[in-house]
Amino acid sequence: MSNIKHRGNVEGGEVKGETPRARRLSGRVLFTLCLLPFALYLSGCRQDMQDQPRYEAYEPSKSFSDGQASRPYVEGTVARGYRDVNTAYYTGKNATGGGAGAAQPATGGGGLTAMTSAGANTPNAQGANAGGSQTGGDVNVRGNVAGNLPGGASGQSGTPGSVNEFPFAVTAKDLDRGEERFNIYCSMCHGQTGYGDGMIVRRGFRRPPSLHDDRLRAETLGHFFDVITNGWGAMPDYSEQIPPRDRWAIIAYIRALQLSQNTPAAEVPENLRNQRKPGPGTPTTEGGHQGTGGERTP
Amino acid sequence: MPQIFHRSTNTLAKLSIFGSIFVLLFVTWAVAEINRSSWNTGAFDEREQPVQFSHKHHTGDDGIDCRYCHTSVEVSSNAGLPPTKTCMNCHSQLWSDSPYLEPVRASWKNNKPIEWTRVHDLPDYVYFNHSIHVAKGVGCSSCHGRVDEMPLVYQAASLQMEWCLACHREPERYLRPKSEVFNMDWQQENALAENKTAEQLARGRQLKVDYKVRPRAILESCSTCHR
Repeated sequence: MSNIKHRGNVEGGEVKGETPRARRLSGRVLFTLCLLPFALYLSGCRQDMQDQPRYEAYEPSKSFSDGQASRPYVEGTVARGYRDVNTAYYTGKNATGGGAGAAQPATGGGGLTAMTSAGANTPNAQGANAGGSQTGGDVNVRGNVAGNLPGGASGQSGTPGSVNEFPFAVTAKDLDRGEERFNIYCSMCHGQTGYGDGMIVRRGFRRPPSLHDDRLRAETLGHFFDVITNGWGAMPDYSEQIPPRDRWAIIAYIRALQLSQNTPAAEVPENLRNQRKPGPGTPTTEGGHQGTGGERTP
Repeated sequence: MPQIFHRSTNTLAKLSIFGSIFVLLFVTWAVAEINRSSWNTGAFDEREQPVQFSHKHHTGDDGIDCRYCHTSVEVSSNAGLPPTKTCMNCHSQLWSDSPYLEPVRASWKNNKPIEWTRVHDLPDYVYFNHSIHVAKGVGCSSCHGRVDEMPLVYQAASLQMEWCLACHREPERYLRPKSEVFNMDWQQENALAENKTAEQLARGRQLKVDYKVRPRAILESCSTCHR
């Protein structure tokens, strides 16, 4: 506005007709003002509210060097409510270290080491390497160790120092949950019955051992927990996909599966006997396997 | 001076005034239809992705559960996009030298996430939470259609407010038992359409009670979604 006035004054000094020129200018201003409502109307077509200046999950960001708006956890972060006060619950291992001293890996000399490594084991750690940094490297090594074990005959667990009891009382609800989670995450390779004939195996993935072979029936609960958490051989870790509580539920269901496939017909309650269907494996004739898991590692 | 218009034009003028009502109605209807057409909503538009990933193959043929990859759908507002690690769970061994999977391997090697093209994008003024819908018996296919039959995923619903409200007003037409939420086959003849059969209505009303679905007044309230 001041600019327009200024120009009018300067030009007005030369030409005599100052008033009509100023009137013409104010007419233009008026015309512009009349157009303004339409401009406002057009601005309604913008998508400012549709796409607000905030990040949604997984959106790219220019603020961070990796270009992601979702930030990975700083290494060693423990989510609220996941402080590792219960080592057995979060690692499947004893806090005091295992009894099997000879087979103890160098890093697992005491429960404390296991504790710190599990600190990063938070569920749903999208993009974060949950506990993988510490144990990821030696998965294959430990897998090979297990491969050398003579089929569980030694009675030694593949995971030294692993616990062999559930950290909470397992209910029927947990078993249902375990069945559901097993069928989502495990059955793709291990098969819904645990014989290792899942769809991914049929497509060419390395065949996992049957959950019903002697070694795995004698294994500790903590061993299964460790395998789900850190992987084993060709099996990748599932620590990001399965939170600890669900891992225990899955283990309970694995025990139920083992029980279902390895119990002689004579031990099945009579009213349930006619519901039994023959599975792809041969049920063993030896004594029924105890629900909460095999012989304890000496 | 002779009259310019013939007497019959009187009738024409009256007719055109009367007809303009219908013209206006037609224009309103046409605008509404264009607005809810897939041309405007982007529905049925298959989006190209940086990896030739087929939901039809992984879910339909191989039978992988939705939650194997979309892990947070039951606990978070966001269903969760899988990290490249999830792809490598299988593809470290399967098709591990296929050229189709080169972007996945590059992402794994360079620790750079795959930049997928978003298919379903609600306006930012809408609050949406996956977990509550899953927990109350709204199936995946009720909103996303038969993803297990989509080689390339497209948006199967309009995602417009009238579409949301159709279910928020009468959830009993859509609800299914929780055990069937992730079942793509459930009522496959009309995965998206409302089901008006007496059987569904009876089941839906019972599920509404069982799953403690909030009353219509709350589901319909503005602040339920615009908060």
